[in-house]
Amino acid sequence: MTSWLPIALLAVPLIGALLLLIAPNALRPLLRTYGLILSGLTLALAALLVATFDYGRAAEPQFEVDRPWIPGLGLRFHLGVDGISLPLIALTALLTFLCFIYLCWGDGRAREQFMRDRPRALVFTLLVLEVGMIGTFLALDLLLFFVFFEIVLIPMYFVIGIWGGERRRAASVKFILYTLLGSVVMLLGLLLIWAQTGTLDIEVLNAAHGAGMSRSVQILAFVAIGIGLAVKSPMWPLHTWLPDAHTEAPTVGSVLLAGVLLKMGTYGFARIAIPALPEGATAVAPWLGAFAVVGIVYGALACLAQRDLKRMIAYSSVGHMGFVLLGFATLTPVGINGALFANVAHGLITGLLFFLAGAIKDRYHTVDMPSLGGGMLATLPRLGSVLTFASIASLGLPGLAGFWGEMLALLGAFQPANGLPRPLFLTYMVIGGLGAVLTAAYFIVMLSRVTHGRPTHTPQTPAVPHGRPASTSKTPGAPLGSSEQRTATITQEPLTQSTPDDIRSHELGSWTPLIVLTLLFGLWPALLLSLTTPAVQTLLGALS
Amino acid sequence: MIQQIDYFVIAPPLVLALVAGLVLLLDVFLPARPRTKPALGLVTMAGILISLGFVIAQAAGGGGPRSTFCVPPERASGLCSFVVDGFTLTFGVLVLVAAVVVVLMSMTELAGGGIPVGEWYFLLLCTLVGAVTLPASRDLIMLVVALELVSLPVFALTAMRRYDGRASEAAVKLFVVSVVSTAVMLFGVSLLYGLAGTVYLSRLSAVFSGRIPAPGMADGAALTTGQDLPAVVTVGVVLVVAGFAFKIAAVPFHSWAADVYQGAPIPVAALLSVISKAAGFAGLMLVLTIGLSGQAATWAPIVAIIAALTMTVGNLLAMRQRSAVRLLAWSSVAQSGYVLAPLAVAAASGSAITTVSASMAYLLIYAAMNLGAFAVVLLVSRTSAGNELDDYRGLALRSPAAGLSLAFCLICLAGLPPGLAGLFAKVFVFRELVEGGSGWLAVIMAANTVIGLYYYATWTARLFTPGEARIPHPPPPMTRPAIGLAVAVAVLFSLAPQLALDLTAL
Repeated sequence: MTSWLPIALLAVPLIGALLLLIAPNALRPLLRTYGLILSGLTLALAALLVATFDYGRAAEPQFEVDRPWIPGLGLRFHLGVDGISLPLIALTALLTFLCFIYLCWGDGRAREQFMRDRPRALVFTLLVLEVGMIGTFLALDLLLFFVFFEIVLIPMYFVIGIWGGERRRAASVKFILYTLLGSVVMLLGLLLIWAQTGTLDIEVLNAAHGAGMSRSVQILAFVAIGIGLAVKSPMWPLHTWLPDAHTEAPTVGSVLLAGVLLKMGTYGFARIAIPALPEGATAVAPWLGAFAVVGIVYGALACLAQRDLKRMIAYSSVGHMGFVLLGFATLTPVGINGALFANVAHGLITGLLFFLAGAIKDRYHTVDMPSLGGGMLATLPRLGSVLTFASIASLGLPGLAGFWGEMLALLGAFQPANGLPRPLFLTYMVIGGLGAVLTAAYFIVMLSRVTHGRPTHTPQTPAVPHGRPASTSKTPGAPLGSSEQRTATITQEPLTQSTPDDIRSHELGSWTPLIVLTLLFGLWPALLLSLTTPAVQTLLGALS
Repeated sequence: MIQQIDYFVIAPPLVLALVAGLVLLLDVFLPARPRTKPALGLVTMAGILISLGFVIAQAAGGGGPRSTFCVPPERASGLCSFVVDGFTLTFGVLVLVAAVVVVLMSMTELAGGGIPVGEWYFLLLCTLVGAVTLPASRDLIMLVVALELVSLPVFALTAMRRYDGRASEAAVKLFVVSVVSTAVMLFGVSLLYGLAGTVYLSRLSAVFSGRIPAPGMADGAALTTGQDLPAVVTVGVVLVVAGFAFKIAAVPFHSWAADVYQGAPIPVAALLSVISKAAGFAGLMLVLTIGLSGQAATWAPIVAIIAALTMTVGNLLAMRQRSAVRLLAWSSVAQSGYVLAPLAVAAASGSAITTVSASMAYLLIYAAMNLGAFAVVLLVSRTSAGNELDDYRGLALRSPAAGLSLAFCLICLAGLPPGLAGLFAKVFVFRELVEGGSGWLAVIMAANTVIGLYYYATWTARLFTPGEARIPHPPPPMTRPAIGLAVAVAVLFSLAPQLALDLTAL
């Protein structure tokens, strides 16, 4: 049996991180390849996992490892992979690897930038982050899940706090306090389940479908666990940490935050909250759905009001995760399948969008949309087209990955599970549909501002070492007209390099897989749905 | 009446007491050469290790609890004053291992000069005698005497840095607070004695759970829970709890902590925050869960409220601190609240044993991580006298070992991975609270965990932000083993938290 695979998936990045700690100087010259090799090895293991996974029994956990760790607490080191966690593990390994490509594979300038800013600490932090992320999706024990859920906090805190933007300190503190508050409440919910049923094993709990817990206990536990997961997801109104964290985080931080960390919250609903607490889920689902659709509309409206591109993408995450939560709230196989699909799609597309925002910030030294001017398709045609592609995918154009998940979530709301008020969910569906229209609206407004129009702003080449954007970002409140004046002053400078460089090789390398997968899942959604369907049907055993 | 004394049973405190005398004599008779100072330290260390050896031998010997100083003397199963059981041995190991770290820290502190060495080690050993005796004490008189033996030498240790205004102020504060608390506790003890007519905890327990009549009652009636208890029982219980609350710096008797910790030499602050606190908790656990187990309905709500207040006030005060030692002082007040919390559900969960185990496991893990933090603080105090939080800027870049150790200890104290020891310590406590039905206390503790994280995380972040360049001083020779020992224990508990549970399984 290949039960060594989950352990290896955790051990490779962990050992890699520890080696950096033990032998810092020996590895210094190899640092750039070191991160690439380790994350590549992890990706290879994840690919092996995908290849050897038995698709015939996607509903059951495979590659199981089950050893006692703390008998006094009943905590077992129990890992396993099923149809729900497999895509997320692969996504995590892929995104981490792509982040390393983006960081390490660059040409002279990118390399210089990477090496200047404490590269060893960054590689170490990202590897530890990967351990936590993969572990969360592998864990089949409530407390083990919680431990991995927490492991990501400290590395992400440092990623934002050390390599972040100007207001990084406040953003990182807000991020860690907010998420910890959520997760300690979740811990209380998990312990409540443990106190009632006497087991921490997720498999046993899911098979029991809430047996041994009274309705009121289930509701209490679901609310407590739900709050923890909702902070991470994030669900309106617990989302306020997200825009700050995303805006201040460096590119790789944003990509992993949006691509994987948010998924840990929604994954928790599918893995623990809904299957183990079916009665609690039925009672709370209307509320969850209500907050979800408010999130969809709120996210879209907030996006319409944003001037900062990164902030806009961050708020769009709130909206997209609203669809995911709405899918879970329907408690139907269709809705939950949709939610899980939207989860993966959002990881791919928003990951790509944050990469693009990082690339734009590299070239223009700002992501303030009015300052960017417009006409990117003319000045940087390739970057502009990829941005257009990602935006259209994110707004849910049929044929791309973003469409299916949201469509299925809305379809689930059309016919919610028995015991849920159908008229209410029909209203949610209508509001959600409206939100989808608004989503399209803000992305199109963004594209019309940034990619279309006449180019008014030539991107500066960072030949002159600007530490931070000095002149451009100081006047975010300036009217559109002032950017023309600024352009005038800029063009007076002797520009050594008249043509700004378009997509560079390392960027292309890190973006291509995301673009390909977005297309693939958009054109062939059954690839992913066939994986999650059996697992979803088992987890809904008591409800459907 | 001739008492047969089982010397093997009392060997750990006895060895410490003898070495204390030896150190004082050596200090007088050894020539005042520079090598005398470390020599005295090594003698002290040897004494502690021998004592630890006896504790381990007792644990390895097994065969149930051993006791001595019993009444009637021929029967060991009677009322005994000195009992060595799992509880005693666990606290013995905790205190003595912590003492090793404190002695290593003392060697660094004393190398600076200005502090009389012989007296220092003598007083330190006297405190340890008390701290090792206290968990073994099973009567009220012995408990009070042992607790005083822990407290009294600490005043002198605090004031040892002569001509330092802060130290003198701290010593006076500690003295006043401690004497008042002793008086309060003695008053409570005398009330309990008056009611029960005995000082032995096992007999007290029988009286207060109504199994045998209380001689102190007017008609010799038994005290059974449920009926109207005389107010004097409540007063006695409250006064005893208040007395111990002073020792462990629980709210509302916490205000001395920060000033005293800051004024005292850092090894003494570490001693206060770990050894003296552990002794206070040992006494509290003994009195509440053995002596007054029948009166849990009276004291459990009081302990719950004190625990909630202690963690909240401690954390809120810690948030505003700029001095490292003051921050650790308030954080250790907050941590006392977490240790107290499981005791509050001892009555509800039926078995006081598991809740006491959770408290002890927390205390054990807390001791390791807090000593690690204090050891690094001592290291930094060598180069920057102010010891402000800003002095820690870039410590992880200047001296990676010290910086990473402190970061690990702080994250442990905050209770986040990779500091799994702290996380699981909190999980032990949360589990008892949820199981005992004290959901409200669990929620307060959850909120406090977040408040605590704020100051631990910002301090940790300071370690990694580049600070102004400084000439790296070579670290004093004895801080490395001190940090190493404490951090190694914390790492061990992180990897195998079951160890802490096994050690504290009663």
